Amino acid sequence: MKKLLLASALVALGSGAFAQDSIKIATEGAYEPYNYIDQATGKLVGFEIDLAAELCTRAALTCEVIQNEWDSIIPNLQSGNYDAIMAGMSITDERKKVITFSDNYTPPSKSAYMAAAADANIGEGAVIAAQVSTIQSGFIAEQAGVTLLEFASPDETVAAVKNGEADAVFADKDYLVPIAGDSGGALVMLDGQDVALGGGIGVGLRQSDTELKAKFDAAIQSMKADGSLNALIEKYFGPEAEKF
Amino acid sequence: MFEFCADPRSLEGLQWLGCYLTTATHFSFYWSFVIVLLLLAVTAPLALAFGFAGASAARSHVLPVSWIGRGYIAAVRGVPDIVFFLFFVIALDQGLEWFKHLFVCDDLSQPVWNNGEFRVCPAAKVPLGTASPFIVSAYSFGLAVTTFAIVFGAFAANVLYGAMNAVPRAQLETAEAYGMSHRQVFRRVLVPQMWIYALPGLSNLWLILIKATPLLFLLGIKDAVYWARELGSAKTSGNNPYPHGDWRLFYFLALLVFYLVSTRVSEIVLTRITRRLSRGQATRAGEEMRKGGAAA
Repeated sequence: MKKLLLASALVALGSGAFAQDSIKIATEGAYEPYNYIDQATGKLVGFEIDLAAELCTRAALTCEVIQNEWDSIIPNLQSGNYDAIMAGMSITDERKKVITFSDNYTPPSKSAYMAAAADANIGEGAVIAAQVSTIQSGFIAEQAGVTLLEFASPDETVAAVKNGEADAVFADKDYLVPIAGDSGGALVMLDGQDVALGGGIGVGLRQSDTELKAKFDAAIQSMKADGSLNALIEKYFGPEAEKF
Repeated sequence: MFEFCADPRSLEGLQWLGCYLTTATHFSFYWSFVIVLLLLAVTAPLALAFGFAGASAARSHVLPVSWIGRGYIAAVRGVPDIVFFLFFVIALDQGLEWFKHLFVCDDLSQPVWNNGEFRVCPAAKVPLGTASPFIVSAYSFGLAVTTFAIVFGAFAANVLYGAMNAVPRAQLETAEAYGMSHRQVFRRVLVPQMWIYALPGLSNLWLILIKATPLLFLLGIKDAVYWARELGSAKTSGNNPYPHGDWRLFYFLALLVFYLVSTRVSEIVLTRITRRLSRGQATRAGEEMRKGGAAA
């Protein structure tokens, strides 16, 4: 009986391996510079799009990157509408209960606060905006005396600070810094308040796709080893970004 | 699009705006209005067909058929739209794949639903993983049309059911007295006369349908509201050729104009249809038209 099961499992794996030569990767497409829509061409671009192309070349996979709303990105992975998530998704224990992750392709990233003024209150009694079901919203929810204001898209969290609805926004530092830089002083990063959260960003995969995970792990390892991953991080996040 | 758009950073004023409004993303935005109109054009007749079938079934003298009709109307009308659009679409999609799975997959020993994951063999995927992007969009468009038609069909069925009952009994009795069968009465007398009673309810549904199209984004179709949000959201100067602040207000104003115009156009068309259908009817409007015609 056991042998029979093993044999059928092998058959399943075999047929799976053949079909997995072509996979779909989902991204949010609203998280510059990780993944966003190119303003001129309307195509998906960004760090993760470039990275996906390189990883797939190394893993000998044919990949197609598609867009999916953040809210439903994990349920749609599980119902098999695509095979992987690369959407700036940090590796957390919470998410690991539902899906599995490849090795991280960015170092544990800094999350930071951005507010309208440098002396903005982020402690007792503050209202902090964060994107729904993110590692940052989870962090804010645990802070005593702080009110969490959740939004569906990252853009809305920034808008909430601009119109005074929230005292500050808490998000990935790499996302906020260009916005603060562009605002002409209207928005400032709160220095010295950075928090390192999560285990870095990884490729989100179905728990049953162990073979695909192995392929991504190997490809990420090889990019870490030859320095091409660091080069890509530097290209998108600047020379000061944390590297491997 | 224009030659001078090659370097947007050097542009100013109207030229900048001209280039900005003709980017590929903006054409997707304009195209999404066509998608919305197309969806309306396909869904409305289909929903009406569902409604007609539902209403006819509910009126049937055969009990099981009548139960099916009434059950459909009651069940769909009772479920919140948003639940329907989130749950039903996934259920329909998974149901199709599960059904196909039973026929095309060689290995049926693995459970399809397992540990929160839904897994069928690659050959049972709908659409297939190798399908062209056009097929994928057509499939999600088809899912959207079906869902809209089922939801709005139930409401339309209720409206038509009421309209069928509103046709004066005397009209039907007269037809029966002429020796028409049940089917003949239904086709020649009841259906032609019921539309005028159904129209107010149906026109309501039509306007609600127009407003409900932003639910398309839940179904993975990039509609006008999605593009308004994406294009209007603030763009930083680092990676974007046309950086700007939060412009969502302007984009939503454009949407407002679009929806108001389509509502107004619908109203004008519906008024005409009402006039046309009132002619010769045993209603007050029909009577007034008859008198007006006699006086002139």
